[in-house]
Formats: sequence, C-alpha cells, structure tokens
Amino acid sequence: MKLPIYMDYQATTPVDPQVMEAMLPWFVEKFGNPASRSHAYGWEADEAVTLARKQVATLIGADPREIVFTSGATESDNLAIWGVAQFYREKGNHIITLTTEHKAVLDTCRYLESDGFTVTYLPVQPNGLVNLAALEAAITPQTILVSIMAVNNEVGVIQPLEAIGRLCRQRKVFFHCDGAQGVGKIPMDVNVMNIDLLSISAHKIYGPKGVGALYVRRQPRVRLKAIMHGGGHERGMRSGTLPTPLLVGLGEACRIAGVVMATEQSQTLALRERLRIGIMSRLTHVELNGDLHARVAGNLNISFNYVEGESLMMAIKNVAVSSGSACTSASLEPSYVLRALGVNEEMAHTSIRFGLGRFTTAQEVDHVIEIVVSAVNKLREMSPLWEMVQDGVDMTSLQWAAH
Amino acid sequence: MSYNEKVLDHYENPRNVGSLDKMDAQVGTGMVGAPACGDVMKLQIRVSADGIIDDAKFKTFGCGSAIAASSLVTEWVKGKSIDEALAIKNKEIADELALPPVKIHCSVLAEDAIKSAVADYRSKQSQQAKGV
Repeated sequence: MKLPIYMDYQATTPVDPQVMEAMLPWFVEKFGNPASRSHAYGWEADEAVTLARKQVATLIGADPREIVFTSGATESDNLAIWGVAQFYREKGNHIITLTTEHKAVLDTCRYLESDGFTVTYLPVQPNGLVNLAALEAAITPQTILVSIMAVNNEVGVIQPLEAIGRLCRQRKVFFHCDGAQGVGKIPMDVNVMNIDLLSISAHKIYGPKGVGALYVRRQPRVRLKAIMHGGGHERGMRSGTLPTPLLVGLGEACRIAGVVMATEQSQTLALRERLRIGIMSRLTHVELNGDLHARVAGNLNISFNYVEGESLMMAIKNVAVSSGSACTSASLEPSYVLRALGVNEEMAHTSIRFGLGRFTTAQEVDHVIEIVVSAVNKLREMSPLWEMVQDGVDMTSLQWAAH
Repeated sequence: MSYNEKVLDHYENPRNVGSLDKMDAQVGTGMVGAPACGDVMKLQIRVSADGIIDDAKFKTFGCGSAIAASSLVTEWVKGKSIDEALAIKNKEIADELALPPVKIHCSVLAEDAIKSAVADYRSKQSQQAKGV
C-alpha cells in the first residue's frame, strides 16, 4: 500500500492512465494550432478539439457549440458570473448565491459588489442544502443571476438542481451552476436541470490540471462579456490559443466518466459507507457534517469531538486528507462552509474531509479506519476535556477564560 | 507544515500523560486555556514533604506544539522545588522546542499551567494550615 494513503479526491485526482495515453500524441507529433486553417497540422488539431468539445457536451446533455474551453472551474465561474453581470447590468444588478459556495464564486460576487451590484448570500440549512422557499423569496425584479453549486467541495451535499433550475426559468433569471465537484460524479443534464451556465473542471475527473469548460446556453441565449480579449477564440467569449493536449485530456476524461459513472459511483459509495460505518461505529462523539443522503458518493466529512484538529492531522499523517481548519496559516480559521452549516468552532476545527475516488481500495479504507480510530483514542486519552466528559462534567456549563 | 524533531518526539512519545488525585492535599492542579482557542492544558504536580516536586502529569487538548510543551514541562518540573519550577519561563520552553512565532502561545500556556498548578497547591496548603 502506498503511503500516505490518498483520500483527498475532492482536492484533485490523478490523471487516468487512459487519459494520459490520449493526450500524449498532441504534445510533440501533433502540435498544430487548432486555429490554423491553412494546413494539415491545424486541421488535425482542430479535429481533436472538435471531438473533445463533443465529449464534454455529451456528458452534460449539451450541444458542442455551447462549450467554451477555459483554464479551469475558477475561470469558468469568473467568466459566468462577471460576464453575465457585465452584459446584463442594464437589466438588473442583483445576484443570488449561497454562503457555502466555492471562493471562486464568492470572491467574484464580492468583487461585483464593489462595482455597483447587490449580492444576496443565502444561508443554507443545517444539512447544507438550500432552502428553496428562501431562494424564491430572494428573487427580485432586479435579479439577473442565481449561482448555486452542484456538489459542495467540503461536505459533498448535492443541491436540488432541478428545482432550482425550474424556479430560475419561471422567474426568467439565469442559473449558473459550479459543477466542479458534480460533473462526472452525478448525472447532470443542462436541459433537465434548466442550467444556463455550468462550470466544469478536468482535474476533478481524472483529467489534467489547468483546463476546464463553461457551458453557455444558446437557447434561450445567454450572452457574456469576455474577460480575455484577443483572437476571438471560443466565439469571442474566451480568446487564447486552445491547448490541444489538455482539451483532449478533458474530453477523454468526460468520455470515461460518462461510461463508468454508474458503476464507479456505486463502488465508491460502498467504500465511503464502509469508512463511515467503520469509524462511527467504533468511536463515540463523532458527527457527520452535511446531509447523508443528498451527498456525492466520494465525500465523507466528519468532526471528532474532544480532540484538536491540528494534532489529529499530525496523528494521521499517513492519510492524505483535508482538515476543516486552515491550520497551516498563522490564524486558526475554521472552515466557513462548516460554520455556515451551524457547526460550532471547536467541531469545525476537528473536522476531516475524506475524499474517495476511482483508485481507492477496500484495503486502504480499512487501514484508514484503524489509523483514525487509534489516533482519536490516543488523543482523547491525552485530552483533559475528554476526561471531564468521562467524569460526567457538563461541558456546556463551563466558563473558560479566553487567551 | 513541518515540525521540529523535539516537538515530534514529545508528540509521539509524550512523557507523563495522566492524572494525579486532585483531592490529595500534596497535589496541585492547573487548568489553563479554552477549547474555543484550540488549547486546554491540565498540569498536575505532587509536592513531597520536603517541598520538592516528585511527580507531574499532564493532559492536553491542543496542537502538537501544545502537547510537546506540556510534556516538556512535566519533565522539567520534576525534582525541582516550587520556586525553581516557578522560575521556568516560556522563552526557555519555546527555545527548547524551537517553536515558530505562531506557536509561542503554547509555551506561554505551559508557563501559565505551572503557575496555576502551584497556586492550587499553595491554596490547599494554606487551607490545611488553617485547619479547614
């Protein structure tokens, strides 16, 4: 078993060997610029890009002409939100999003606030899901865009996309969806879900880093103001020479995802449940963060009470996971996503995100269960808080001096 | 994030983890920190009839540096008189463990834990002297 065991598939995924195989010829042999119309080098590259575009479109039920290639989901989010806002600013200046969105969405919205836009950051329910009634109530005649993610990167909850899309369509508001953690993991169809703009990332689905796409609906048409100016590539929405090898990788990753999704997700779910039950049946005072059922297969986010997050991370250094607190930075900041779910600060600090994926094995899961259970037990034996709990002290009644 | 070797050593093989009888008049218990800040240290010392700390135990909820700092002070206070123990300064703890600036508070907390344990011991002794 390779150590540390990789359980951070929501951060990134390894490139699938089949994907890399598909990419390789496009670096040295077939290096042409897809925009070169006057010779065979350009034509073959253009064909490859056309196929990739089709593969991406097929995975989400779109038309290839609706796919704009970008450098990744962060750029796609920026282009979708900023681009729509700028294009439609005469029509309205209000945007709605969730407090649990990715920073690429939240920071773009913050930026637009400094440019005359009003943004509503809707709180989520304790299970991490949007409150549809609150969303409906937040829409005003000034609203031009709703941006809600498919799957949350930290807690893995799947938002009710069909219901959100239906509501947005009824109210004639564009629906942007950050699909970085959802596309390729859950069935997504832009027409069934009435999604107008969908951000896609390659490296979350076993494709290469540095490439992604934005789906932009043609019917009814969504228009964008471009961020990148230049040669007018991607129908003027995103200039810049298309990176053929990366796009081939993205396309192949989408093709594979479409083929394996159902079986892969049920296998991943079985492993996730093995991990969840393995840990939660052997430790008390452990809490699952985010809804269990409306949840992507590969995500498990749990908090361990009465141990401290950073020492827990140290104790499980043979498992590559993410922690709910940014403990590498100078300030110990608990995750804003967990805080938005109402998780208290102490529990947010001790939360661990386990991300499982295509190459996770049952053997790895069993090993991780052992590591985590023994680490938590060891730290609890060392914890004065745990001792008080064992002695029956009501922890909520204690007054602590801040320091 | 990389830790100093001494921190790792104390973290992986903590010295003197455990509890002493907090009702014992010879035992002083100090509890400092707060869960919301991410550190709670409990330090206990047992003082012999001739005024020497002959045992020390700790339990700490906190990061690796906080665990290491508490483990280290249990080693340091053993065999010392109360006044010698009180003379241990956070800087010596931070220097010994090569704590980075963001972890200095762990050494401050460890120093406070000694003071708090001694204060508890002294208050027990004076109460006993008064025959309470």
